[in-house]
Amino acid sequence: MQLHVLSLNRINELITKKEISAEELTKAYLEQISRVEDDIKAYVTVNEEEASVRAGIPVAVQDNICTKGVKTTCASNMLANFISPYDAVVVENLRKAGASLIGKCNMDEFAMGNTTEYSAFFRTKNPYLAEAMPGGCGCAAAVAAGEAAFALGSDASGGIRQAAAFCGVFGLKPTYGLVSQYGLITYAPSLDQIGPLTRDMTDLALVLNIICGRDSVDSGKGDADLPDYKKHLVNDVKGLKIGVPIEYLNTVKAPRVAAKIQEAIRKLEELGAVCEEVTMPHAEFALPAHCIISSAEASSNLARYDGVRYGSRVESPDVLNMFKKTRSQGFGEEVKRRIMFGTQVLSTGCYEQYYTKAMKVRTLVKNDFDLAFEKYDCLLTPTVPATAYKTGEKALAMYQSDFCTIPVNMAGLPAMSLPFGMAENLPVGLQLIAGHFNEGMLLRVGYTLEQNTDQTRLRPDISGL
Amino acid sequence: MTNYEAVIGLEVHVELKTETKLFCGCSTKFGMEPNTAVCPICLGLPGSTGVLNKKAVELAVKAGLALNCQIGTYTWFDRKNYFYPDLPKGFQVSQVFKPIAYKGYLDIENNGESKRINITRAHIEEDPGKLSHSGATITSSHTSYVDYNRSGIPLIEIVSEPELHSGEEAKAYLEKLRAILEYTGVSDVKMEQGSMRCDANVSVRPVGTTSLGTKTEIKNMNSIRAVQEAIEHETERQIEVLEDGEKIIQETRGWLENKGITVSMRNKENPDYRCFTEHELAPIRLADLWIEEVRASIPELPDARRKRLVEVNGLPPYDAAVITSSFALAQFFDETMNIYSDAKKISNWIMGELLRLLNLHNIEMSAARISPESLASLLKLIEKGTISNKMGKEVFEEMFEGGKDPEQIVKEKGLVQISEKGQLEQIIADVITNNPKSAADYLAGKEQAIGFLVGQVMKATKGQANPGVVNAMLKERLSK
Repeated sequence: MQLHVLSLNRINELITKKEISAEELTKAYLEQISRVEDDIKAYVTVNEEEASVRAGIPVAVQDNICTKGVKTTCASNMLANFISPYDAVVVENLRKAGASLIGKCNMDEFAMGNTTEYSAFFRTKNPYLAEAMPGGCGCAAAVAAGEAAFALGSDASGGIRQAAAFCGVFGLKPTYGLVSQYGLITYAPSLDQIGPLTRDMTDLALVLNIICGRDSVDSGKGDADLPDYKKHLVNDVKGLKIGVPIEYLNTVKAPRVAAKIQEAIRKLEELGAVCEEVTMPHAEFALPAHCIISSAEASSNLARYDGVRYGSRVESPDVLNMFKKTRSQGFGEEVKRRIMFGTQVLSTGCYEQYYTKAMKVRTLVKNDFDLAFEKYDCLLTPTVPATAYKTGEKALAMYQSDFCTIPVNMAGLPAMSLPFGMAENLPVGLQLIAGHFNEGMLLRVGYTLEQNTDQTRLRPDISGL
Repeated sequence: MTNYEAVIGLEVHVELKTETKLFCGCSTKFGMEPNTAVCPICLGLPGSTGVLNKKAVELAVKAGLALNCQIGTYTWFDRKNYFYPDLPKGFQVSQVFKPIAYKGYLDIENNGESKRINITRAHIEEDPGKLSHSGATITSSHTSYVDYNRSGIPLIEIVSEPELHSGEEAKAYLEKLRAILEYTGVSDVKMEQGSMRCDANVSVRPVGTTSLGTKTEIKNMNSIRAVQEAIEHETERQIEVLEDGEKIIQETRGWLENKGITVSMRNKENPDYRCFTEHELAPIRLADLWIEEVRASIPELPDARRKRLVEVNGLPPYDAAVITSSFALAQFFDETMNIYSDAKKISNWIMGELLRLLNLHNIEMSAARISPESLASLLKLIEKGTISNKMGKEVFEEMFEGGKDPEQIVKEKGLVQISEKGQLEQIIADVITNNPKSAADYLAGKEQAIGFLVGQVMKATKGQANPGVVNAMLKERLSK
């Protein structure tokens, strides 16, 4: 039996029946890591020691989520040796639930990017194609390659969903405020959420149940009750109204990706849902507004990295140059670009033109969704307008790829990406978006699709799988 | 020469009296070992986010209501971005755009006149850490130390309109503000411990004009008296500069207490704080009902209390003003009144002995060991003639220092007043015999000679004789 491909549900079953032990499970994952990690490079740190000592269900955690005693680098030279004195609330919850931290996933430095090319250390490879991007973190790659049973990532512009789409796994960004942010080293606190990446829908619900546990150290923004998400795994979409925003569809240029989206729509209709085109007129303004807001927040959130209390310090005879050199050398190009841009848009004279305007756009984007959810139970879009792009296809393409995911962060909504077949040998991701705290709807629609097609069951052709 | 008037606005930072910090559970206790009351949140460690302390909001609202402010029912926090070693996150969490309280006022009395000073706003913010330098300033120091115990302590900043016109008015404003905040339990308001801090914006203009002159901001005053003196000095300095035909530079100046002058600290323009919403904290929505609950918890405030002390208790306005300037004093008065009914007598002892001893030992009323019950017993002992007024002062001092019961002190010291004529007759006879000149003087019409004779009797009885009785007995005997 290949233990490192089993779903959480199945693992729980086998462990309960004592057919397998947590030690065997951990061993299987560590073996798979040693088989493929050199090719995939999903991890900044493989936590072999803890995984062996405290065997449990192996979870991979993005390296911007604090883990006590294990480095949390944000893939930045600035925090290359930073060990947090505390666990993020989600990590605490996972440990309580019997998971063991098998490793910390690579990412773009401070999560600014969606390729891991801006990691200060190395780029992660897509398990389907080495020259293709894995998304902005190594989480989805680790899950797809059998290097972790599931993963936790962060999503401020689509991080979880894009990585999931590119690597053919399931990823969910919960409603803003549903999951504790305490211990997430975020660059954009108004947009970011921690969420799970898994190999099927049931696992998604299971992990969501675990990480939702509140902790008093977090300013609980949402007052939503915490339901048992497994109850929403219902194989039935009859009568549901699903909106398909045309602005999102129109971004898709690759015909085979477009075909997959149409196929998904037809499938849902076949299963009894009513799919209708809907217009979201402010969608196109979300991207530039998000760029302004997230950079503004980044310029402030990253101010604390001065090399004095933590972070690597570059020595200099005088203190001012110590600060300057520390920040010049500690941060990479993309991070510095966003700090400068963010500082600029908040400055007197630019503030009204940029920051205030972007915040107004944010409201308009949210209003588009509010209107849509008066009529529809959920929305369906591509997660990314294309499949994973390859080395060299950077810059503008990179920003463009956020078109469908960013409005969701602007509005604080829950959304998920699920695999839906392949196009040009790479997975296609389908995005479902629901109203605030309506994760249940995402689980229901996703589960129904999963139960009624083969399209969601993808596996890369790599060693050990 | 032009006549100038000063225009002064005050920014007062007050530490809220909460058990824990604004966004974390660390203690706010004063005087702990440096960097022992800290956690990932108030140290600004990566990934840490706080939760707002509800008590801090309650105290801020209470202060706002007591200062006649409007209360913002929907407010939030903003970030004020600037770099300084005492600020671990690189920004201060404050309320820039929507203060929790705004548009209030405070009535002050100065030279017998009442004047209303408008309050622009009162907002909640976090205190930065505390720096201490090896040298005089951060830039001239070889080493600086940071204590993050203070980092994250809840403050409110109360900003007045520029409507004060002298150091005296500023003093009256601060005294009133301090009293209100003490009465409401919002803060300890101890300037010497830094739980109340005041910066003054000072400018001058020719009398009769209405536009504002260039202002300077004065810092580093650690008492109300220092604020008054600094303002008076700064006003004179600015007038001299203008009279010399020069211009005032907009700058921050520090008050040097020992030299009695202000000196330039920095003259850069205001930094661009790039303020924007703090999204790591949820906005605050206050229910009207909750605000009314807070309002109902506000005790009788200084003005109302002073009025009551005059109108109901019959105290002279001056006594009432002094007693109500401190909540602890006013409480002490009221509680003594519950047991002993002569308001003026109580007031005399508070205004005389109690305040004298508080000043002498430099302690706050709240730290004094004397109780209303013990003062009342003392007053009854005097009234009954058990001890003299003079003995009472001695007893009071003992009560103040040791916290003991007056009856016990009287017993221990054998301080019983001799009023019985039988016990005094022989002593009086001896005094007259031994001081024939004084006796003759009295008989010759020198009334004051009797005082000397009383003194001699007191001396002979080690101060235990009842001077009233002695006086009467002496007169009676001499006129025989």
